[in-house]
Amino acid sequence: MLCPPDYYGIEYEINPWMSRARGAEVPVAQKQWKDLHATLSKLNCKILLVNPQPRLPDMVFTANAGLTIGKKFIPSNFRHQERAGEAPHFAKWMEQHGYEVAWLPQDYYFEGEGDALFGGDTLFCGYKFRSDIKSHQAVADMLGCLVISVELVDPRFYHLDTCFCPLPDGGAVWFPAAFDEYGQRAVREHVPDLIDVLPDEAMHFSCNAVVLDRDIVLPAGAPTLVAALCARGYRCHELPMSEFIKAGGACKCLVMFMPQRESATG
Amino acid sequence: MVSETIELRGHIIDSLILPKVLDEILRAGGTFRIEQIKIGQRRADQSRAQIEVSAPSTESLDDLILRLRQHGAEVAKRADVQLAKAPADGVFPHDFYVTTNQQTFVRLKGKEIEVRPVMRDSAIAVDSARSSARAVKFFDARKGDEIVVGHQGIRVVPVQRTTSHTDIFQFINASISADEPKSAVIRELAAELRRARSSGGKIAVVAGPAIVRTGAGEHLERLIELGFVDRLFGGNAFVVFDVERALFGTSSGVSAERAVAPVGHQNQMRAVNILRQTGGIAGAMEKGILTRGVMHACTRHKVDIVLTGSIRDEGPIPGVATDVVEGQKIMRDKLADITHVLLLSTLEHSLAIAAMLGPTVKTVCVDINSAAVDRAVEQQPLRSIGLVTDVEPFLRELGDCLAAESDAK
Repeated sequence: MLCPPDYYGIEYEINPWMSRARGAEVPVAQKQWKDLHATLSKLNCKILLVNPQPRLPDMVFTANAGLTIGKKFIPSNFRHQERAGEAPHFAKWMEQHGYEVAWLPQDYYFEGEGDALFGGDTLFCGYKFRSDIKSHQAVADMLGCLVISVELVDPRFYHLDTCFCPLPDGGAVWFPAAFDEYGQRAVREHVPDLIDVLPDEAMHFSCNAVVLDRDIVLPAGAPTLVAALCARGYRCHELPMSEFIKAGGACKCLVMFMPQRESATG
Repeated sequence: MVSETIELRGHIIDSLILPKVLDEILRAGGTFRIEQIKIGQRRADQSRAQIEVSAPSTESLDDLILRLRQHGAEVAKRADVQLAKAPADGVFPHDFYVTTNQQTFVRLKGKEIEVRPVMRDSAIAVDSARSSARAVKFFDARKGDEIVVGHQGIRVVPVQRTTSHTDIFQFINASISADEPKSAVIRELAAELRRARSSGGKIAVVAGPAIVRTGAGEHLERLIELGFVDRLFGGNAFVVFDVERALFGTSSGVSAERAVAPVGHQNQMRAVNILRQTGGIAGAMEKGILTRGVMHACTRHKVDIVLTGSIRDEGPIPGVATDVVEGQKIMRDKLADITHVLLLSTLEHSLAIAAMLGPTVKTVCVDINSAAVDRAVEQQPLRSIGLVTDVEPFLRELGDCLAAESDAK
């Protein structure tokens, strides 16, 4: 699921990347989004578009719509009021597309695929800046799978998908400094082959990649990571993402899988 | 320490949330006790832990809990204490909670409050308006007082074993019987008393008449002169024996210095009479009649004297509290700041005192009767040493140790 950037812009500041003084160049953003759409289409992705809504500029980041497993959609409970208005639109749209909408308790913040990514049969979930750890327990209750909760400690990497990207062979790309010591240990324990991203490349949102089997669509600016991925037999598709990085997002933030997995337990 | 029980749930083992929470408690200067833990058996099973978290103050505990909530900890709901009104003055409700001599907290309107003072064999009266809880004796209870009943909402914090390996009390923590060597222990006790004195502790001696009868009075005087006695607890008999010996050289008619035939009780009666005539110890000293003895030393060195009577008392001599309830109150008051107690050859008085001590007071009990020593020692677990011995050699050796150190300085 993608959302065209018709109303995209930096209209508020809810993460360290956002600055209203440094707005996104609208035509450039449009082009970058279209390139992403084209790249995914070329890779045989079936893309569905949700209608953008005025005054909800971040709706373009559909990864935060929720988490979809099989035909079940768990909508986000956004932490920031600025984005809370997106939730009913996404939920309604998913319902119209035949998904069962399963809301979490209202007082548990949860920001969808932004903070919940499957690596193998394990659901890795980030907490503190956006999602609450309590929401992880609730998601684990709903899905009946192993949930590894990791604390994020660097506000620039406020969602899990900004610093962690599982790969289909059981490995993952990650930026360890974004996790606390326990989170790092937990990830190391559960992911056999970890590719560390250099700090410079992490700042280019290199972890924010869309993985389609052996194809990886990621923001440009991470030659070391691309080399590491190519060495493991992945095909990398680098895209300029400058205008979305200004809002604290990139390739993965602009995409929600429908579903991320057919079933939570493999 | 105040505490709260938290619950953690989820994949807390695989995510290392449990160790993180425990580490965070310790890093914040708190402590924890895992009350319950249920670990998921299969991969997807969640685990659950119930943890009692303690911190030095309510503020630090609130702070800590707030941080732990971020990692998913939830405060477990705990029940408040149950209360019932005292049916009459001096009478507790039927199912009243009987206190121990350990630190105790009650939960009132969701908040834990400490029961003060720490006093065993009492009830707990709660003042809901002031959020306070106090231990009360029968005679303190007034009709209508809110008294804690049952066991709900009560938390008792037992004295912890310290981590010190040099603390003689924890190292021994038992009675040393008559046929065991005592010198090493007495040396350690002397060191402990010196530490107590230099660190602002207060030492009380509970003196039985046997001290005077065995001729140990002069050793006790030496302790007083060296400044190792802040307060002296005794009864009528101790004073009478001490004064009789000071005036006539006998105690209960028996000479301590010479092996001569006892002279009966007449000296004792005369001593009582002189004290009554002169108005007590101070009066007898002023008139120049009383010039030696333990009481004389106490007065000269400004040792606080607390005298309470018993049914066998002759006289009684002036200054002895003869109302037992009043006597208990005075003793309790006078024990409040005491850190070390020497219970010396008086079973009744020692047991009365031991029952009034807070859990951290260190006690040494010396008696020739091993049953008496055991009974006194069992009241202060991890804080008491008993020595089964004649009190005279004990006090002589303790005095020698303390004097040797003082001379060396």
